[in-house]
Amino acid sequence: MIEIDTIYMVILGLLILSIVFCIIRVFKGPTAPDRVVGLDTINTLVIVGMIVFGIATSSVIYIDVAIVYALLSYISTLFIAKYLEGGEF
Amino acid sequence: MISEIVDIIVYILLAIGVFFNLLAGVGLLRFPDVYTRLHAGTKCTTFGSIFICGSVILLGLKMWFQGSSDGSVLAIHTAGALIAILITNPTGAHAIARAAHRSGVKPFGAVVDDLEGKPARKSKPMKKGAEK
Repeated sequence: MIEIDTIYMVILGLLILSIVFCIIRVFKGPTAPDRVVGLDTINTLVIVGMIVFGIATSSVIYIDVAIVYALLSYISTLFIAKYLEGGEF
Repeated sequence: MISEIVDIIVYILLAIGVFFNLLAGVGLLRFPDVYTRLHAGTKCTTFGSIFICGSVILLGLKMWFQGSSDGSVLAIHTAGALIAILITNPTGAHAIARAAHRSGVKPFGAVVDDLEGKPARKSKPMKKGAEK
């Protein structure tokens, strides 16, 4: 059996490090699309982190939450992009 | 015997996925303008997510073959999450890139903009019914 605790906690730590880089870009970003790119990347990394956490605790509920989070973050990204474009809805 | 080989494959897939997700963060910090940051932040996370979800699916199948009924549910739901990521991530990146270009952000160091002057898609005016 795979050693769940140490390996998956290290992987979650590296994912959180990547999320911290994205947060720095969200705060520093010179224009508005930079911040949107940072938020989109954070969403994908959170989905992957949820999947890794689900396999680490072998509970399926985190993966279901990840599916719903993916669809909702896609809708929010499309909405913000439409707002930046300046068009009507 | 088979179990250890599957464990080694799972480790390798997890290492590849986490490496590309870290590259996404570093590229998002270091690249000079919106389009290259979008390139790093979207493609690398999609590629890394494929490998991490693949490792989780492989581990779920291994748990299933060892007799745990949780493993099959884990593998199938992870495949659903992977399909959701694969459909939504490039589409969102395309929408962000189009919005950035139409809101006037130039690429870093660009001399010629081939799409300059092309009119944006005009949306039809809202019909007000019987007022006019």
